[in-house]
Amino acid sequence: MARGGTDCDTAPHYPHQITPVSIMVSSSSEPLTDGAPAASVPRSLQDVVIRLAGNSQDGIQTIGGFLARLAGRSDQDVMTYMTIPATISGGPSIFQVRMGTGEILSAGDQADLLVAFYQESYASHIGFLRPGGVLIYDSDHVKIDADDHRFTPVGIPITGRTVEAVGGSSKDKGKNLFVLGLLARLFELDVAKLTGLVKDRFGGRSEDILRNAMLAFDAGYGYPSDNLRQSFFRLEAPAATEGGRPKVTLDGNTALSYGLIAAGVRYGAGYPITPWSSIMETLRTELSKYGGIFVQTEDELAAISYALGFSYAGHLAVTGSSGPGLSLKMEALGWGTMAEIPLIVINVQRGGPSTGMPTNVEQSDLLQALYGSHGDTPRVVLAPKNVEECFYVALEAARIARKFSTPVIILSDQGLSSRIEAFDEPELEKLMVDPKLNLSERGLDFKPYPLDRITKHATPGSRIASGKYPTVTGLEHDEMGHPSGNSAMHQKMNEKRREKLKALAAELPLPEVYGDAEGDVLLVGWGSTWGPVREAVGRLRAGGAKVGQLHLMHLNPMPLGIDAIFRRYRHVLVVEMNDPGIYGFGQMAMLLRAQLAMPHIASVAKTDGLTFKVNEIVVGVNKRVDLNREGARA
Amino acid sequence: MSSATLTPPPAAPGAPLTKKALTADHPTWCPGCGDFAVLASFYRVLERLQYPQESIVTMAGIGCSSRFPYFVNTHGGHFIHGRSLPFSAAVSLGRDDLHVFVFGGDGDGFSIGGNHLVHTARKNVNLTYVIMDNFVYGLTKKQTSPTSPIGFKSKTDPTGAIDQPINPMRTLVNSGATFVARSHATQVNHMIEMMERAARHDGFSVVEILSECVEFYEGAFDGANPRKGGQFKLIENHDPSDQVAAYKLASEPWPGLFGVFYEATRPTKNALEAGLIAKARERTKGAGDLELLQASFRKAR
Repeated sequence: MARGGTDCDTAPHYPHQITPVSIMVSSSSEPLTDGAPAASVPRSLQDVVIRLAGNSQDGIQTIGGFLARLAGRSDQDVMTYMTIPATISGGPSIFQVRMGTGEILSAGDQADLLVAFYQESYASHIGFLRPGGVLIYDSDHVKIDADDHRFTPVGIPITGRTVEAVGGSSKDKGKNLFVLGLLARLFELDVAKLTGLVKDRFGGRSEDILRNAMLAFDAGYGYPSDNLRQSFFRLEAPAATEGGRPKVTLDGNTALSYGLIAAGVRYGAGYPITPWSSIMETLRTELSKYGGIFVQTEDELAAISYALGFSYAGHLAVTGSSGPGLSLKMEALGWGTMAEIPLIVINVQRGGPSTGMPTNVEQSDLLQALYGSHGDTPRVVLAPKNVEECFYVALEAARIARKFSTPVIILSDQGLSSRIEAFDEPELEKLMVDPKLNLSERGLDFKPYPLDRITKHATPGSRIASGKYPTVTGLEHDEMGHPSGNSAMHQKMNEKRREKLKALAAELPLPEVYGDAEGDVLLVGWGSTWGPVREAVGRLRAGGAKVGQLHLMHLNPMPLGIDAIFRRYRHVLVVEMNDPGIYGFGQMAMLLRAQLAMPHIASVAKTDGLTFKVNEIVVGVNKRVDLNREGARA
Repeated sequence: MSSATLTPPPAAPGAPLTKKALTADHPTWCPGCGDFAVLASFYRVLERLQYPQESIVTMAGIGCSSRFPYFVNTHGGHFIHGRSLPFSAAVSLGRDDLHVFVFGGDGDGFSIGGNHLVHTARKNVNLTYVIMDNFVYGLTKKQTSPTSPIGFKSKTDPTGAIDQPINPMRTLVNSGATFVARSHATQVNHMIEMMERAARHDGFSVVEILSECVEFYEGAFDGANPRKGGQFKLIENHDPSDQVAAYKLASEPWPGLFGVFYEATRPTKNALEAGLIAKARERTKGAGDLELLQASFRKAR
């Protein structure tokens, strides 16, 4: 039975709970602020969460991106989170930036600073601002609740000042840059770098646009905010990193695209679908520089068919989509398994089923990725844990696809696709794979489907010494690729296709356990839940529980030895963003229970379309496990 | 199904490519099937073209005629139903050194693969597509096909087909295919000529060959077979670059005309993509792969 109070949405209290953010309010606060918050000594902060709330046409994604990029450039760690309306144009939209000097694992459960552009933005997001936090609102649009003393409200006529600064026009375009200027001043951000970013973005367009952008920025920067600035915010300069690699800031889809390029992938095909499209847009532009081709096809079925065709022609290729598109690709994916063709398939998951929640996050395509096909199709499925791993997972997918001559599915998600994180620039000199066609003559003993080894296809254009040219096929076949209706042969070939994935499993490293190596609870995750789960482990341990984290990148096949790790904990809770279903287990939890037959595996699962808050995980654990009682017993 | 291989020892590099070297598994078609003649004609076409054996790719989807790649000793593949065109388009786009031939039937090409036919034509991908049209689903044993004429009695239309059939020539001309021809499996010389011209055409070239299914639609094409009292009428006095005239010719009543309906020069997707690559490389001054990706990351610092 759960501990008292844990069924509601508030965090259980732990005596040594880590509070990631500590902003104090100065007593010398001058009346720039409307209210009169509590007095305190100004303190620098290691970590701040800023939420910008407006409408999608206000360009808040743009300035949020600037802030994130700047943080990355300044060697701050950073993570962003955004929502985009599923409507074609307009609608409420937010961009959240968390930046700081330590390791940033999640986008933050609460904001320290909320910027509200409209009444609706204020009404919808004030609940996300932590008590004692600062509310900056556009006093031309927003009327705040004067009786609400939980926050420090700061009214600024953002619209009026922007129009005034840009001049001549009644339009309020540029509000975003006004706010960017204001924030740059508040947080003492590197203005030279920031204006450089603005110029990079707008410089290519007409001079008027750049000039207006800079006028709005300067107006925001020059807005009298000294009191607020001195009182509230000062980001600590990050500790100097010695000999470290430069930080880069990218979103997950771009990191994945660059990873594919580094992996030597030069060909691909796709069909537009949110949130996959930006990968195909990037590859369409980038691959031609590398002598490759990305084809926009007539539909999802053609997309995977093209990708298989490119791969067959000797160029390991990529296709991708989101959940509904992956369903459409399934028949051809079955062919890829049967014909044993290397291929990378990306699924940037979103809320489903059907069109579902196209701009929200979910991890509900795991079982589709593993089993969504006809026949027995052993699948390789990988998932990146953060933006940085989006880059490296592409390299791993390409390695496996080539070595084992098999399709590999990468499960990313909407959260990872668009959020921006800073990470160490990859050592490309060591990582780049040079794609080369192997057109050497194949020996007399060449067989496309040998029973005793992993298939290595002969690329068309290669001479075959025996004179027997191979046919790759979706029909069950013998070793030479001839159609075979022989029942023993079908069984043998099924074994062949299965055994190669067992060989893959045997070579995979066991992921390291973070936190306690044994004890009360092991939190198991996959994909983008990594950061919030890690933060949750910290909070739970601070509360006295013995908690560890095991995060999987190789979802199928899994590394060997997971069962031994599971045995070291009284409870194994799988944290994932999908529905616990009729029997109470999320998709990964169900797989693990089926594979390992361990009854102490349970689920912390949800499908609200939003990334896990750390608190939700902590609450979820406490609902299922009575940590106090167990702690007392131990 | 026979898995016997009739493949002879390989010809030395540079030796002429002969029917003997091209023969692979014995066809699994029913005795009397029109597809045998198409296969024999294809060997003759390859003998004339003399492409290096290893540079030929023979692809197909699903259907009786789509067994074709097993019977031709070249690189090739047996893909899924209706999608052999996008697969093969990628082989062509990825490898300009290969010669890509795609075979299939009316169900594969006009029904389940209809969308791909239109878009491969629109993109003008450089490959040759031979549709062995028998007006019926044979592999699944006599269901109505998209080219079955109204009134045709099948297991899915026991009282006779009621849906308007596709007119392949009109569809292809309209979609942007740049070589569109029609032939008949009993007219071997004509078939060879059409396939050879299609192969030599730079762009998406299609030949529809009426190929009788003796099992499920016997006598379907007698109307165009002089030996069965029909008339094999060739296209005459026609400018094949005239799209409107081609469309009109394609509207002639059954059994219609045979020959090249439409032939045009339009940049292939292969050439257009190569152009994009050349331009991109000009802009990046021929930078190497590592250099290019490093530059992308530098921008993200």
